[in-house]
Amino acid sequence: MARNVAFDQNHPLMEAGLESPIDEEGVHDSFSQLIAEQSQNGGASDSDAFELQELQRQLNEEERDNVAFLSGPGRDFQGRRQRDAECEDADTQADPLIGERWSSATLKILSSMPSRTIGRNRGAIISQYYNRTMQLRRRRQSRPAIRDFSHSARPSIRGYGIETDSADAEVSKRDRLVNNLQNLSVSDRIRMLRAMPLNVSEKGELRSLALQKEKRTLSRRIPCCSQLKYYIINGARQGWYSWLSFLHSLHLWQVPLKRVSGRFGSGVLSYFLFLKTLLFFNVFLFLVTGAFMVLPQALHPPESSVGRPYFTGLELLTGAGYFSDTVMYYGYYCNYTLRKSCRDDGGVHDVSLSNGTMPDCVSKHLSYNMPLAYFFTIGVSSFLTCIILVYSMSKSFGQSFRIDKSHSILAIKTFCSWDFKVIKKSSVKLMSENICTQFKELLAEVSHKQVKNTRCQRLWRLMVHGLAWAICVASTTACVLAIFFCSSHMHQNLQFFLRSRVSVTNPLLNEASLLALPVLVSLINLLLPGLFNLAAWMEDYESPSVRTYVSIGRNLMLKVSVLGVLCYHWLGRVAADPMTIDLKCWETFVGQELYRFLLMDFIFTILDTLFGEFLWRLFSEKVLKRRRKPVFDIARNVLELIYGQTLAWLGVLFTPVLPAVQILKLLLLFYIKMSSVMMNCQAPRKPYRVSQMTTVFITLLCFPSFLGASVCVTYTMWSITPSSSCGPFRELKTMFQAGKRWVEELEKDNPNLSVLARAHSYLVENPFFLFVGAGIFLIVIYFHSQVVDGQRKIIGLLQEQIENEGDDKKFLITRLQTIHEQKRTPARRLASQNSNC
Amino acid sequence: MGNKQTTFTDEQLEAFQDCTFFTRKEILRLHGRYRELAPHLVPLDFTNRPDIRVPPTLIVSMPELKENPFRDRIVGTFSEDGLGNMSFNDFVDMFSAFCETSPRELKTVYAFKIYDFNRDSFICKEDLQKTLTKLTKGDLSPEEVSLVCDKSLEEADLDGDHKLSFSDFENMISKAPDFLSNFHIRI
Repeated sequence: MARNVAFDQNHPLMEAGLESPIDEEGVHDSFSQLIAEQSQNGGASDSDAFELQELQRQLNEEERDNVAFLSGPGRDFQGRRQRDAECEDADTQADPLIGERWSSATLKILSSMPSRTIGRNRGAIISQYYNRTMQLRRRRQSRPAIRDFSHSARPSIRGYGIETDSADAEVSKRDRLVNNLQNLSVSDRIRMLRAMPLNVSEKGELRSLALQKEKRTLSRRIPCCSQLKYYIINGARQGWYSWLSFLHSLHLWQVPLKRVSGRFGSGVLSYFLFLKTLLFFNVFLFLVTGAFMVLPQALHPPESSVGRPYFTGLELLTGAGYFSDTVMYYGYYCNYTLRKSCRDDGGVHDVSLSNGTMPDCVSKHLSYNMPLAYFFTIGVSSFLTCIILVYSMSKSFGQSFRIDKSHSILAIKTFCSWDFKVIKKSSVKLMSENICTQFKELLAEVSHKQVKNTRCQRLWRLMVHGLAWAICVASTTACVLAIFFCSSHMHQNLQFFLRSRVSVTNPLLNEASLLALPVLVSLINLLLPGLFNLAAWMEDYESPSVRTYVSIGRNLMLKVSVLGVLCYHWLGRVAADPMTIDLKCWETFVGQELYRFLLMDFIFTILDTLFGEFLWRLFSEKVLKRRRKPVFDIARNVLELIYGQTLAWLGVLFTPVLPAVQILKLLLLFYIKMSSVMMNCQAPRKPYRVSQMTTVFITLLCFPSFLGASVCVTYTMWSITPSSSCGPFRELKTMFQAGKRWVEELEKDNPNLSVLARAHSYLVENPFFLFVGAGIFLIVIYFHSQVVDGQRKIIGLLQEQIENEGDDKKFLITRLQTIHEQKRTPARRLASQNSNC
Repeated sequence: MGNKQTTFTDEQLEAFQDCTFFTRKEILRLHGRYRELAPHLVPLDFTNRPDIRVPPTLIVSMPELKENPFRDRIVGTFSEDGLGNMSFNDFVDMFSAFCETSPRELKTVYAFKIYDFNRDSFICKEDLQKTLTKLTKGDLSPEEVSLVCDKSLEEADLDGDHKLSFSDFENMISKAPDFLSNFHIRI
């Protein structure tokens, strides 16, 4: 007997679905509850529900429908059967979607659901990108001009804008997509095209269609000035592509980087990429300082009063001697405006002018105010470096920061842990082993509960941690005190030599003794991280990422304190009272010190590479008979790079050529480290989170490193008196006064600019302005953090919504199936009855 | 730069530049790599768009793919016929998707296709098991593999149908910051 299952609109269940339930307990969270509720409800639905359940049982017993599997080729039929068999063993009552035999109609509908067609169905992709381009157009579209509409169009149509832009009826989604693409700007169109997951030939077709249309419409209506703009933009884009192509053809280190990534993976690669980033920063800095400071001064050398000492080899190490009175150091730079002389005897002598007198012929247009140039170059380059750093830091942070604390560790590990860059066979094998080990560890963690430590154990662990930290802090303090006393000892030594007027027996030895402090500092930087590693090994952290962070923290503490005491020594002792050691030019001395520190750091890094990696490998292979090579310590090496870069940034004010030295150092370091890594090391065994670590390193480069350097430089320029006999800021009270003096001169020349002068004196010299700026900055940061909190809550709500939608989907599919079966089975019974008759 | 080449017309190169993440030089270099896989098969002149397909056995012999456990799936996903015979367009497509500048959404779509072994637009338990076996090269015992698959499905499946649809997969990938740097092949 045929039964009609009518979708009764007045059914209480339907009404419950249409409006929000008054009774909160009536909300279902599982499908079986729904069936139960249906069967409980009185009235006609009672027998209906019973019939439904009967039908379901019959379905299970009946043989499978002649199902046509409508998905793509290669579908594993057997797999589904096996899966069904497996799942029937388990408890399937709660989830009827598993183990059901679907009819062909249901399957047809299921396979054409949008969620199943993503990626498979070209039409779905085109539809998706049609929607996206529409959204993009709506965002970018300004209100269209009236003259683009026909006369009969109603004014209200203007609000719709986009839908009326095509006169002819465009039928397919593809044509509409092409239309949208045509109406986007060129860069948007290219971005959309590139991001589409379609085949290149199809994308090419879409593109050519869009361009064709564009050419047609262009020739129709654009007036000449817009056409010119179009050509300019097109030409600019071509120029940009050729510039990118040129940059890429420079192939800076492409092959070595590929070799490293093929053998060691992304972790070790990130060290070399960081080195490359630092190289670009220094190239930029050197270009700026070279163009605006070094080059003009080199072309107009001042008259040197004292004869230059001879060149001995020691200069390369100490930076003093022959190099002292060269364009390398601050002391060489003039404090007047460089002017091209009007005598035409070929040479370009400087006429040493003070501000007042002028010769009778002077070429005004070739004057170059050296102090001002020095001041502004340092300021502008620091500012630009700051902006570039903050931008790359925020970009890196955006890629690696995840709002939601990840719960899906295993799933992520399955799909995201394979590094596709690794291509060497042995490294691939090693990576498989590592991943296998990590899975076993994760399984152990996930399956077994965390063993609760007893009180005694926790106390013991606390003691061990405390001891390790005490060791580290004590050793750091000891080393810092050592540096402090060593530097003050040297200071006193110099004073003693001067006071006693002992004739210098061996000036070379004196100069070599200047190297003592840099050697001490580099030794400390080399040996103390080893001590920290020992302490960490004693502590035996469970989580490798905690261990990495603790190690970075300790190294950072060491380097910050070392740099702090050195800055105190230079700025607080040497600069404050330079006459006690008869220093005519303390800035040059500080510049030389920084040069020495940079160089010693480089030499010790090479020694460390030699002894730490090469000899250690030989030792561990031959003597300890270990099969595995030593591991490349990425964190420690990156911190070394950051330390070197801090020294370079500190030194730019005193030694404008220091970025060039740093460039040379980085270039050599790249090749040395590359060959060392290839020969001596192996990839890290522990999982290394590349994007997180890269973000941490670039943050460290920005905050302690660049910020510290710029604070020191700002302090120097703001408060310390420059030396009176050398440098571009000779007779000024502070270096900052150069800017002020220029503004005063401008005001004198042109009284209309007095507003500028007054603004300058209020804004720049008044610290209140800085406080207000910092306060606004902090408020903006606070608002953003509140926004992130809100987004976190929204994510939680959306996840709940997705789960509810999943339940809805299950309900609808099963209902569809049962209705179909309901209609089909009586017909079959009828047919079998007819056949029997 | 600027030297005459006869492999592609300027129009073709521009189309490639606009549709992929490669510059002209890189596309010419890719053509060189494609050609050296099968020099007798692939012509030097592509201006008249020859319909040449290189069989998958030659493509997976490339050093970038040779040791990759998913090489067959990668080649199968990007080829038009699904069996791995790649034309030059497919070849460029593949390396463009794996490029460094390729966006996260594009990589997620292709990663989903690669890991979907039975191509039913879902990552079911079998797909997961095959992925794991290829990752660990059979070092995990079958019980461990099954356990990992069950737990992964539990973690990542949001709508409760015991397999990962594309939106589940995308949601899980968005929580993995290392996905972009790992899903990258240098060519």
